[in-house]
Amino acid sequence: MGTSSCIRGVLLTASFSEKFYANFIKDDRWLSLVSGLKVTIIVTIEALLLGVIIGFIVAIVRSYHDKTGKLKVLNIISKVYLTVIRGTPTMIQILIMYLVVFGSSSMDSMIIGGIAFGINSGAYVAEIIRSGIMSIPAGQTEAGRSLGLSYSQTMWLIIVPQAFKNVLPALVNEMIVLIKETAIIGYIGEQDLTKAAMVIQSRTFDAFMPLLAAALIYLALVMLLTFFMNKLERRLRTSER
Amino acid sequence: MNVNHEEILIEVRDLQKAFGDNLVLSGITTEIKRGEVVVIIGPSGSGKSTFLRSLNLLELPTKGTVLFEGVNITDPKTDIDLHRQKMGMVFQHFNLFPHKMILENITLAPVVLKKMTKEEARQKALELLNRVGLGDKADAYPSQLSGGQKQRIAIIRSLAMDPDVMLFDEPTSALDPEMVGEVLELMKQLAREGMTMVVVTHEMGFAKEVGSRVVFMDEGQIKEQGNPEEFFGNPKDERLKEFLSKIL
Repeated sequence: MGTSSCIRGVLLTASFSEKFYANFIKDDRWLSLVSGLKVTIIVTIEALLLGVIIGFIVAIVRSYHDKTGKLKVLNIISKVYLTVIRGTPTMIQILIMYLVVFGSSSMDSMIIGGIAFGINSGAYVAEIIRSGIMSIPAGQTEAGRSLGLSYSQTMWLIIVPQAFKNVLPALVNEMIVLIKETAIIGYIGEQDLTKAAMVIQSRTFDAFMPLLAAALIYLALVMLLTFFMNKLERRLRTSER
Repeated sequence: MNVNHEEILIEVRDLQKAFGDNLVLSGITTEIKRGEVVVIIGPSGSGKSTFLRSLNLLELPTKGTVLFEGVNITDPKTDIDLHRQKMGMVFQHFNLFPHKMILENITLAPVVLKKMTKEEARQKALELLNRVGLGDKADAYPSQLSGGQKQRIAIIRSLAMDPDVMLFDEPTSALDPEMVGEVLELMKQLAREGMTMVVVTHEMGFAKEVGSRVVFMDEGQIKEQGNPEEFFGNPKDERLKEFLSKIL
């Protein structure tokens, strides 16, 4: 106790540049932040792709069922999926995926994490896309079908592009949540950005510097994403005056 | 165009449609011949729109059959998409595709359904646009157009598919009064060229001028029908007399 508070005192009074040196430069510690960032980005992208695919399929199943009453079994599966995934903590889901589902396999935990986060995100994306599909007036479907287009052609060419535009802000929101949520992947032994910051902290006994650095990197990542998505949104809005 | 007035294009037999317990169409039997312009009038809730929408199965009939060009399209085994290509439809609220430019609105279906190459469809679309005096709107988006312009685009979007019949569902009801004329004018042009048309409308002038048959619907049934002179000059059904006295 005495020594640790003594060390803390020393570190607190140490100058900013000394702290910076100790936390990032010494032993090339900044490299672990870089490799952590890489893990965060890779897991996010895996989860994003999987989430969008699952979300899209579930949204189509649900809205097709609502419209025609067909696909009963798939619709029930979708509903159960949404209830379970949205009703349980992401943390539990990722642990179950790591310790139970892939418990006996030697699969890379980065991939297991991607799958777990993807399945989780898919539930939210599904409802976002479904709300987008429902936001398009029935007349659009009728116009497409009356021209002789099939259900899927109408969906793909007329409804989904408009729905996508309407839900882009909500999708970006979900992407942001996803980026930050991957911070718990450390619990299954993957060294992402957050975990990297904790590793540095365990070496230097300074929590502030590495956590601040991690926070700033997350912030930059989210701001970058928001910037590009705003650009995309503006481009998609060209048809509206 | 050489029009054979005896050829039956659409044959409707005992068509019924119920929404839950509410019987909207209670057994309609009629036929539409090639080249005919059938104008359907009636009070709101009479089932006239539902009847029109049943002709291309946007409304699935509860009972009865619709034969289009001899094919029973109410048979679930029939590929309705194929037959809808031959049945153009124009809606009250235009339903242009807001995310597509005007030219794409017109070329989308012919190209996707492989009726034309991209270039052929473009040529045809420009031709149609010029015909209705909107050639300069090819690159505009629907939101930049007036209601009358939108509806004329909607009409030629259907025409681009070379339909055998055009169905109009209250095409001028959502328009500002000063725009009704331009849409009716285009419809009259089509009628004179021999296009088979089924029109649900409240425009009695249109019915009198170009209708070959006027149909009065009430309570989900056809109460009276006939050529315009007879229909408007000497109506027999009491409900029709009352209806006409209110709107004329």
